[in-house]
Amino acid sequence: MSETFVRTQMIAPQSPPVTERGAVKWMRENLFSSWLNIGLTVLGVATIYYLTALSLPWLLNGVWNANSLTECRQIIALNFGPDAGGACWAIIRARWYQFIYGFYPPDLYWRPVLAFGLLFVALAPVLYSDNVRNSGLLVAVVSALTVGALYLVVMPFWLFVVLTAGLIVACYLAYTRPTRLLYLTPLYPFLMVWLLWGGSVWAPIVVLAGFVVLVIAYRLLKPSLGVPIATGIGVVAAVLWWLLLDVQVADYLESVLPFALAPIDSDKMGGFLLAFVIGVSSISLSLPIGILLALGRQSDMFLVKSLSVGFIEFVRGVPLITMLFTASLLLQYFLPPNTNFDLILRVVILVTLFSAAYNAEVVRGGLAALPKGQYEAADALGLDYWQAQRLIIMPQALKVSIPGIVSTFIGLFKDTTLVTFVGLAEPLRGITTIVRADINWKGVYWEPYIFVGAIFFIVCYGMSRYSFYLEGKLRTDHH
Amino acid sequence: MTLIADAPKQGFRLGMLIYDTRYRSITIQVIVLILVLLLVGWLVDNTRENLANKGKDIDFGFLWRRAGYDIGQHLIPYTNDSFHIRAAAVGLINTLVVAFFACILSTILGVILGVLRLSKNWIVSRLVGVYVEIFRNVPLLLWIILVGTIFSETRPQPRDFRPVEGVAAAQMILWDSVAVTNRSTNLPMPLLDRPLPAIETPFLTINTSFLAILALIAASIWVNRRLLNRAKAVQEATGVRPTTWWQSILLLTVPPIAALLLMGFHLEYPVLKGFNFTGGISFDHAFSALTLALTLYYAAIMSEIVRSGIQAISRGQSEAAFALGLRPNRTMRLVILPQALRVIIPPMISQWLSLTKDTSLGIAVSYLDLRGTLGGITLNQTGRELECMLLMMLTYLIISLIISSFGNLYNSSVKLKER
Repeated sequence: MSETFVRTQMIAPQSPPVTERGAVKWMRENLFSSWLNIGLTVLGVATIYYLTALSLPWLLNGVWNANSLTECRQIIALNFGPDAGGACWAIIRARWYQFIYGFYPPDLYWRPVLAFGLLFVALAPVLYSDNVRNSGLLVAVVSALTVGALYLVVMPFWLFVVLTAGLIVACYLAYTRPTRLLYLTPLYPFLMVWLLWGGSVWAPIVVLAGFVVLVIAYRLLKPSLGVPIATGIGVVAAVLWWLLLDVQVADYLESVLPFALAPIDSDKMGGFLLAFVIGVSSISLSLPIGILLALGRQSDMFLVKSLSVGFIEFVRGVPLITMLFTASLLLQYFLPPNTNFDLILRVVILVTLFSAAYNAEVVRGGLAALPKGQYEAADALGLDYWQAQRLIIMPQALKVSIPGIVSTFIGLFKDTTLVTFVGLAEPLRGITTIVRADINWKGVYWEPYIFVGAIFFIVCYGMSRYSFYLEGKLRTDHH
Repeated sequence: MTLIADAPKQGFRLGMLIYDTRYRSITIQVIVLILVLLLVGWLVDNTRENLANKGKDIDFGFLWRRAGYDIGQHLIPYTNDSFHIRAAAVGLINTLVVAFFACILSTILGVILGVLRLSKNWIVSRLVGVYVEIFRNVPLLLWIILVGTIFSETRPQPRDFRPVEGVAAAQMILWDSVAVTNRSTNLPMPLLDRPLPAIETPFLTINTSFLAILALIAASIWVNRRLLNRAKAVQEATGVRPTTWWQSILLLTVPPIAALLLMGFHLEYPVLKGFNFTGGISFDHAFSALTLALTLYYAAIMSEIVRSGIQAISRGQSEAAFALGLRPNRTMRLVILPQALRVIIPPMISQWLSLTKDTSLGIAVSYLDLRGTLGGITLNQTGRELECMLLMMLTYLIISLIISSFGNLYNSSVKLKER
């Protein structure tokens, strides 16, 4: 006879004590875990409260419809009492087009809009190289936005129809044959220059033809003379084409088949249009130059190495602003007498060289991070120098250096604001000074800076997020 | 078994210059050399021709002519009768002063922010995260201009401090000792009634009282360290540590304060006289705005460096230290920091370097640094672009090379010794 006291059923699990679950647990762990933590929480809440109390009424009282700062103040005083402060966003509403386009003729705004939209269409296959869905989505969204923006600006209706049709074709291509869209990417720089500066369509086409000359010479001579000599002759032929025939051929074609956009002077460029022109062209030019400099610095050849090191260290040792002054003051001394070329072009060249030196250091870091075995394996496979670089070294080195490269690009885009000091009307100081000098808006300072700063923030933050995405995508080690 | 014969001997052919790896690098270098020489020759020739067309020559003699302009902030004696070279020196010193203060302040703020960013406190780490993202994703120039504008447009004019019918429009802060006007920040200046005699040299005056105080403080610190060492020896011998805190405090505070009192230390307050404040130390807003903006911007960047440096130390290190029974602050001091510093310092030095170069943005608030004097007013007055730009770039280059060679020295001293 025995009685068992063993329970035959399980007790239903009890819920954890109230301090160990849900929001209470989270707050105990994250906000009030120690006296120091409690102090920090109080301090943090106080800071948030202070900042909100300071800025929220100012933001909420903002006025969008007014013709001058005094009118803004009157409206705010009328609505919220005489002591209330408020933002005067009306200045942005009144002058936004100057912040965006500078002094570009208003009836030609469709050209920068189209150039900006096509930038993303051209970039999409590069940005999302192996993801058709993402690149298609990007092209579709950008095309829709571009069509919307084109609808809002002044332009002939037939042109609007043609451009819309073109963008729809681009969307279709992005989803069905994304590699076709890749052909647009190398053509884009020429398209951008033509759209923004105008002039004859034949000028960029003839410049482009120089590259065709190079390729034809290379293809014809390679079987008989080998790669190095064929490349050399091709380059010489292209240079001769540009130096001797370029202008004449373009003029002849223009006289036979005229097709030109109204030319726009460089001093009409300004605002974010200018920042993007300088930023995009310097970014796209500085990466290849940077890679070459990094390879030069790693090279065994003494002369090549010391030239690269000298260039990189010199450029990294001086402030960008001195480079810009070089562009505006000294470049005229170094070029043949009576050459006078565009200030924007001069600035782009100097900014490109500046940024290339920084990119070179980043890429060098990537090269140094590669194990020696990779170089030896490439040699063992019998690859020559450029094949090894293209197939083995660069894909790995560039992958490692993506965060660094993107942060140089972000720095470069932020540094485009410095061109104000050589007299270009960039948005931050150039345009803002002009706007603030207007008698109607004298005394405004927060609003234009917040507007300009917000756009810079969106672009730079977007770039850094994209670099996170890319890092994650390219990570091939432990998943 | 066959004997490996020697490679067949062949005469030298022209194609080997390109296809034979023994000669190829020489060929390439010769081509590069010719191209570089051609380029340099072309540039020099152009420059010579352009200078001749403008009737100019290259001559640094202008440096020893009268400058004829005033510089508000000068730490070595300077008047508008001084030479251009002295103006350039004043500018260089101004550049270095801003760089020095901004480096120190931004490093302190950056370390604090970096540690707070890693705090377990959700609100604080998010708040710091927002600060960092906002400040580093917006151009530095915007911060400089914004801070400068706020200083110059929201602060009252000096005459607003004068009471009209007993009521002044603006008040001095901190018990009537600090006045912030739209031109400058005026602080009280420490002065001595009975200073030690100063030593005059042609270039600058050496303030011996200041040096004496510094020497006294150094001596106190040294004696204090002796005291602590002795206490430690006693503790190791007997197990009981003698009480030393009050001795330390006395040692560190009494001698400098006594010396200051002996020399008759007092503060000179800024006073409104005429149209502006006189007396006290006056910091131009150009200086304050530049320093403040550089500090805020670079602190955001440096905090990310500190954060990633601390995160780079694997968790196992701190867990091992805890397992050994070390307390959190000793873990930080003895285990984490020595390893983290190796990761933190090199990028930190490169940030100090770029901060120093970015002081040239003082142009936005008309701060007269090296670019403002030598590369600005002097350049415009004399029209000697080539010489001024050359000197300015060389000076910046030398500063950069000095900073980065310190960086390289540090790197090689902390480098992990491997195989």
